[in-house]
Amino acid sequence: MTTMRRFLASGWLSAYAFLYIVFLYLPVIFLPIFSVNTAATPKFPLSGFTLKWYEDLPRTPALLDATWNSLVVGVAASILSTVLGILAARSITRYRYPGRRAINGLIMAPLVLPEIIVAISLLLVILQLGLSLSLLTIVLGHVLICIPYSITVLTAGFEGFDRSLEEASADLGESAFGTFRRVTLPMVAPAIISSLLVCFTISLDEFIIAFFLTGTDATLPIYIWGQLRFASKLPGVLALGTLLLVASFLLLTIAEILRRRAARRTQNEGGLHA
Amino acid sequence: MTAAAEGSPAFGMTRARRNALLQSEPVQGFALISPTFLYALILLVLPILVVVAHSFWTQNYLTIDRTFTLENYRAALTEPIYRDLLWRSLYISLMVSFFTVVLAYPIAYFISFHGGRHKSLWLFLITIPFWTSYLLRVMSWKVILGYNGVLNSGLMGLGVIDEPSTALLYNSSAVIITLTHAWAAFAVLPIFVSLEKVDRTLVEAATDLGDGPIRSFLRVTLPLSAPGIISAALIVMIPTVGDYVTPKLVGGKDGVMIANAIQAQFGKASNWPLGAALSVTTMLIVTLMAGATVVIIRAAQRLAR
Repeated sequence: MTTMRRFLASGWLSAYAFLYIVFLYLPVIFLPIFSVNTAATPKFPLSGFTLKWYEDLPRTPALLDATWNSLVVGVAASILSTVLGILAARSITRYRYPGRRAINGLIMAPLVLPEIIVAISLLLVILQLGLSLSLLTIVLGHVLICIPYSITVLTAGFEGFDRSLEEASADLGESAFGTFRRVTLPMVAPAIISSLLVCFTISLDEFIIAFFLTGTDATLPIYIWGQLRFASKLPGVLALGTLLLVASFLLLTIAEILRRRAARRTQNEGGLHA
Repeated sequence: MTAAAEGSPAFGMTRARRNALLQSEPVQGFALISPTFLYALILLVLPILVVVAHSFWTQNYLTIDRTFTLENYRAALTEPIYRDLLWRSLYISLMVSFFTVVLAYPIAYFISFHGGRHKSLWLFLITIPFWTSYLLRVMSWKVILGYNGVLNSGLMGLGVIDEPSTALLYNSSAVIITLTHAWAAFAVLPIFVSLEKVDRTLVEAATDLGDGPIRSFLRVTLPLSAPGIISAALIVMIPTVGDYVTPKLVGGKDGVMIANAIQAQFGKASNWPLGAALSVTTMLIVTLMAGATVVIIRAAQRLAR
């Protein structure tokens, strides 16, 4: 009786889970569908298959510039935030000191602040200091919002880490730097790469901060925002969006696989040691 | 040589003490986190203080008048446009956090209690759409809800309606639907984490003692997962109050939110102090609302037990 009822409950839940996934994915699925449709307005029934919207993309100089800018900003922001994230995550997982939680809370604060607040406060300071807006100012803003994600990914990677391995290395005569390079780094490398990928993806998609802090240079989301005003440009935007979707998906799948491998590795090594 | 030998014990002592201090856990830990901490201080705390300062100043065309005034706050709280926008933003973010949490709870429960070996695969599946461009996810709702959109053309194709409905897009419901979809993954994760912590033996004990599945869920599992519900609600509520893209793209005239007004003050209207006051007011109200949410959910948790 109870098993029967539990089975029924899990059946309802499975059905709900399926519907939920459909709700999550359905809107996203329309992007690729309408990006290969011949009609300029996205509506059913579909009018025919075409790749012309994709073929037009490389012939748009503004788009190529925006892509290049996004890559530059994304690479700079992901490296900077991962370096700052490594320092913070290491400090949080390895040391105990007064004020640790407060400092951590402050660093993680951008996660729970409306992005527009972060954007306009940075904008005010930059304008007050008389600095000019450029890709650099976007990077500064992106690093701020990427650090919390980087710390989250890295803390998970550092926590399973067995400290006695480092102590053993030091006892066997390695210098502090040698220990870091030959013991610590190989263990945490997957978490670091995963953090780089996650930060790059966030920066690549981020709109509000880039929108406020950009000078004349557009990143991809700013370019898309500009295109959205013109109904006739929509299929091109959908094609671009599909490509971005595929890129984000690939990057995150790699990040996830690396994260899992890192988790498994630190667990195994720890187990071996014990 | 002798002088050095004489001086060395005392010198050696202080150096040893200094080294001990430098190598002590707190100092090393603090030194390690200080670059990140300084970054957050300079690029987050300082700028927010500058915004707070601006909110008490006024602007004459291009110059900022630095005499203290509460005029901006008076405008932000009493002028009908801003008051309405603030209320609407709060209403929308409350609705969005309610719907995301209610929709997310069963799925988090399903993954935690019935996920089996595939828990992390399920979580990955749920987070993927969240990683696709936010702008494009909002855009796709515009495609779905629009006059010539998927829903209208689909319903007409099925013969349910004769002409496209204009009621779907450009109102606050469209904003609520879009934001609920956009923040779904953020609500599932914290609830899932708190459900994972629920001691399964307690649920079994409740069942053994004669509670049916619904009763044991309401009295054991649900109250124990309250921390997850709280963080899910907050993590959705706080950022959605300040959302700019969604109201701009699918909100139309009736779906404008406070962030659009803030943006206007820093853009076309060019009244930084008023924009700053609107931002500070938004932050304060969000904090109050978040606090109220925590109190209410905690009270409900105590009642359920």
